[in-house]
Amino acid sequence: MSQELLINLSIVILLLPLFGFALLIFFGKKLPRQGDWLETMMISSALVLALIVLFQKLTLYHDATLMLNFTWVDFHNVPGIGPLKIVLGISVDNLAAIMMVVVTLISAIVHWFSIGYMHGDVRYSRYFAFLGFFSFSMLLIVLANNLLLLYVGWELVGISSYLLIGHWYEKKSASDAAIKAFIVNRIGDIGFFIGIMILFATFHTFGLEEIFDGIQGGRLPFGSEAWLTAAGVLIFCGAVGKSAQFPLHVWLPDAMEGPTPVSALIHAATMVAAGIYLVARTFPIMTADALTIIAYIGAITAFIAATIAIAQNDIKRVLAYSTVSQLGYMIMAFGVGAYTAGFFHLVTHAMFKAGLFLGSGSVIYAMHNALHHQQDHHTDAQDIRNMGGLRTKMPVTFWTFTIYALAISGVPLTSGFLSKDEILAGTLAFGGLTGHTVIPIIGFLVAGLTAFYMFRLVILTFMGDHKDAQRLEHIHESPKIMTVPLIVLAVLCFFIFYSFNPFGATSGWIARAVERPDSVVPASVAAAPTETFEEVLHDSHGTAMVLSLLLAGVGIFIAFATYYWKRINADRIAGSLSPIHNFLINKWYFDDVYNGIVVGGTLAWTRLMRWFDDTIIDGIVNGSGSITKVTSSVSGKFDSIVIDGLVNLTAYLSGFGGLILRKSQTGKVQTYIVFVVMSVMVFYFVFRLV
Amino acid sequence: MGVTILGIGVLTWITFLPVLGMVLVLLLPKERRDAIRWMALFFTGLQVVLAIIIFTKFDHGMAGINTEAGMQFVEKVPWIDVKSVAWFGRIHIEYLLGIDGLSVVMVLLTALISFVAVISSWTIDKAVKGYFALFLLLDTGMMGVFVALDFFLFYMFWEVVLLPMYFLIGVWGGPRREYAAIKFFLYTLFGSVLMLLAMIALYFSVTVYIDPAGVIHSVADATKMGMQGLEKIYTFNMMAMMDPGNYVPDSLLAGTNTSWRYIAYIALFVGFAIKVPLVPFHTWLPDAHVEAPTAISVILAGVLLKMGAYGMLRISFPMFPDAMIHYSWHLALLGVISMVYGALVAMAQTDFKKLIAYSSVSHMGVVVLGMASMNTPGMTGAVFQMFNHGIITAMLFLIVGVIYDRTHTRGLNEFGGLMNQMPKYAAVMTVAFFAALGLPGLSGFISEAFSLLGAFQTFRTLTIISVITIVLTAGYMLWVLQRVFLGSLPEKWKGLTDINGREMAMLAPLAAIVIFLGIYPSPVLDLMNSSMNFLAELLQHAGSATLMGLQ
Repeated sequence: MSQELLINLSIVILLLPLFGFALLIFFGKKLPRQGDWLETMMISSALVLALIVLFQKLTLYHDATLMLNFTWVDFHNVPGIGPLKIVLGISVDNLAAIMMVVVTLISAIVHWFSIGYMHGDVRYSRYFAFLGFFSFSMLLIVLANNLLLLYVGWELVGISSYLLIGHWYEKKSASDAAIKAFIVNRIGDIGFFIGIMILFATFHTFGLEEIFDGIQGGRLPFGSEAWLTAAGVLIFCGAVGKSAQFPLHVWLPDAMEGPTPVSALIHAATMVAAGIYLVARTFPIMTADALTIIAYIGAITAFIAATIAIAQNDIKRVLAYSTVSQLGYMIMAFGVGAYTAGFFHLVTHAMFKAGLFLGSGSVIYAMHNALHHQQDHHTDAQDIRNMGGLRTKMPVTFWTFTIYALAISGVPLTSGFLSKDEILAGTLAFGGLTGHTVIPIIGFLVAGLTAFYMFRLVILTFMGDHKDAQRLEHIHESPKIMTVPLIVLAVLCFFIFYSFNPFGATSGWIARAVERPDSVVPASVAAAPTETFEEVLHDSHGTAMVLSLLLAGVGIFIAFATYYWKRINADRIAGSLSPIHNFLINKWYFDDVYNGIVVGGTLAWTRLMRWFDDTIIDGIVNGSGSITKVTSSVSGKFDSIVIDGLVNLTAYLSGFGGLILRKSQTGKVQTYIVFVVMSVMVFYFVFRLV
Repeated sequence: MGVTILGIGVLTWITFLPVLGMVLVLLLPKERRDAIRWMALFFTGLQVVLAIIIFTKFDHGMAGINTEAGMQFVEKVPWIDVKSVAWFGRIHIEYLLGIDGLSVVMVLLTALISFVAVISSWTIDKAVKGYFALFLLLDTGMMGVFVALDFFLFYMFWEVVLLPMYFLIGVWGGPRREYAAIKFFLYTLFGSVLMLLAMIALYFSVTVYIDPAGVIHSVADATKMGMQGLEKIYTFNMMAMMDPGNYVPDSLLAGTNTSWRYIAYIALFVGFAIKVPLVPFHTWLPDAHVEAPTAISVILAGVLLKMGAYGMLRISFPMFPDAMIHYSWHLALLGVISMVYGALVAMAQTDFKKLIAYSSVSHMGVVVLGMASMNTPGMTGAVFQMFNHGIITAMLFLIVGVIYDRTHTRGLNEFGGLMNQMPKYAAVMTVAFFAALGLPGLSGFISEAFSLLGAFQTFRTLTIISVITIVLTAGYMLWVLQRVFLGSLPEKWKGLTDINGREMAMLAPLAAIVIFLGIYPSPVLDLMNSSMNFLAELLQHAGSATLMGLQ
């Protein structure tokens, strides 16, 4: 296939789900089965096309970037800038081609799964429409070759997320969570937008390639390296919001209010990975300082979230914090310079985390049905303390779930082992090169924590005895439409799809397809160049592998010892460490602090402003009105008493004068003649004197 | 050049068609309410047709701004010509209409919003004849403001807007209508007086030459012609006022960067700022909006507010580029204050209409910040934002009107769950709300983004501060959405009906425009591009001249 054909196919892939969305929004309710097949067909065809594009791209144009640009707005000859065109476009490089497959694959699987999971939902058609809209927006991010289009997709996935989290908007908690997700994301977007403004003000373009070329050519934003670092960090703020990084990670666990397949698609596999993708896209402009900040944010996030995940009891919340933690891992990977590893982990994580969520969906679905059957409306269907022993009843769900858990824990032969190992080696290399040894320490610690909380989840959910034997009777495996997607994802958790060598990804196709791009920033502020980094990286591989295996093993072992063999009493430990336990259960009190200070503060401030507006500003306006009225009534009095008094006085005086003078009007001609003669004489003398 | 119908220019038609409609409405007996309504709809509909003709015939390459030759659809007739009045000589005022890239956008907006507002006025039952007569008069005033190129004419149209508005709020408004109407009237009149003073000062500072045939020549042209048979007169011609060569040496406003010029600029500014409205001149707006009937709120927010921003761009910028540059930071600051403060106050409101009124203050702040940037992206964003805000806010007020008509309350906390009860309504509302919070893919985003991008080039810190509005706006908009549309429906609203055909007819086209321009804004941006580049050039030129003067 020619390059033109491939890029055009990519546009078709992009538009297919949008087309489905438009049809469903207008005609969804009138279609048979409310049109679920329509949107599912759209996304499935998109998946097939995406696979074709990826295959062709890797075999025929491995190192090429396919591009399609068009002039969106033409400002013509702008004073001070010169000809200014806003050129938008899409480009397909290996990164985008792989992402396209990941997005359409997970999306298609979630569509299929949803047909079972959402069966009979009140807004079934709307749900599929929004899934389609989300897929379109996400693909837009993937394909965009410029910051503006990226930002557009960025906001659109945000709004899709808002709409889908709030799918059951009758529940206040759902609409609250939806708003929280959108607002917290927007806080990150402020930074993103300022970053875009900085770059646009300097380069007058949104095109990433043009910006890279500009920086490489020695042009810096406002001529300073500090501004360049700022631009990088600010753009990264967008990723902090979208990928739920500390300190903006608080929205993601609440987002679990949405239907579980949505959590799998949006809040585990794809949308939250958009932040990672953004960092990957803008990686060349990141200075060493910016990358260090990124690495620390990622590490802190990974650690905080992993600790919180240990103490949670809601199956989806455990997974949510696990997602936050893994996203932190990926961010950290980019920060330390392990570009390929970070992206690789994004891909493998998308598979097993989507699987974990869909698996939890399957569990919740079964629990719901059982509880419904028992007419029990109080027991929480998502609380793992109400579960246990589901293994025998839901074998497919159990086995696939276990495979995902092995993958996320980084057990050999799984995809997770490959990508996690790469990241950990990267952190070691970074620590060695820069002296930031905290980063690898956190990296390994989190690897152990992850294995622990994942197997805690597996054991409490599927093993042991069920809490209510009667209920267990009513628990059944989910229908095929839900289990087949689980199996597909589980298969994709094996190493073979990513690299033929189960102990090293470097020879795999992803590692060859996605290479770390060269930095364009001035050498004085750049991070260690790729060659230097790779050299050190090479030496750390062995250490990383041994350590990570050891830690994963320890984590899994402790989980079994605690929750399966019960050799360690979890409650007693929790009791003796209750301050820490409470701290973790309360999620490090982030929500409380934010609600109290940020939300409360803003609301108080808005009320103050309202009072100020009503009382002071409007007070001045009304006050000046009143003053005018008082003045006018005073001047009215003055007018009627003094001025009009004077007028009346004058009138009175003239009337009085008239009364006197009328006496001279005798009516006799002789008298008048005397008057005339006298007057003439008087005038004569007067004028003579003058 | 230009388009004429029956020998009369299209701008005269589009301006005075409503007055014609008003006369016909007045001739109808007052019992024939439907005939009156259809008459008004017909004439505003014709106006839309003319606007489309203007849109298609508009030449994108012509800049306008400060040259009469660059204006399009120009109509010019001597209007008032009094030889030798008292000590100031001959008064010669022209009926001068014309549009450029700046005004054409406003003409389109006015025609569209007026038409939609008539549809929304269908439910007015009180004194229908009087209402539509005043409405049509208002329409003429608004359109006139945007097409007049003679300051005197401009001022007249500006004042024509006031009176019908006063009655429309004061008679057909809510419980506190009289207070609101008087406040609106006095506040705007106060601004007008300042504008009048500035106008008179300009009049006596600018001279041109008139030849016996009644043709006006600038001082520079007249000098070239050798002054043969020319008479020197004062003028209200806006373009003449923009030409520094026409200022009489030693007159009040001659020169650049003089204190009198600053004073005149500020006088004009206050007049316009009240209309925009910029904080702290904004408090008439919430009252007027809350009391005004829906259609009048639509007109107020959709068109009237734009008159202020338009005035700044049309008059203040090209006539006082020196003062504009001198005060640009202050202007931007007021814009940013309006943005942030308006959003904060909006968030604390519990009355639906009042909230949207304050959101207007915030959104118009974007316009002011964008124009203060004095560069092409910023000013383009500002003018586009005027257009988009006109449409989006019109939608928002219509949306409030829809539920107010049904429930007679606007309390945000009294609703909930309307999404299920009124699905079509909710769909349109979603578009409007998302557009208002600047969601990409909808028109509001593009204009806000360009305003901010432009502003950032000129005022870095201020723009960074202003960006916080992005979050605040999303906050209050989504909060309203939650309180009104999500959650469960209170028992008392179980009988609410979804929007009917008429309501859909006024909302759907606006929604379509919002989406279309959100994806492909060029049809509107291209209209104004030449003018914006020219204006930016003019300001930049004045800026460098000032710098040289200082050196």
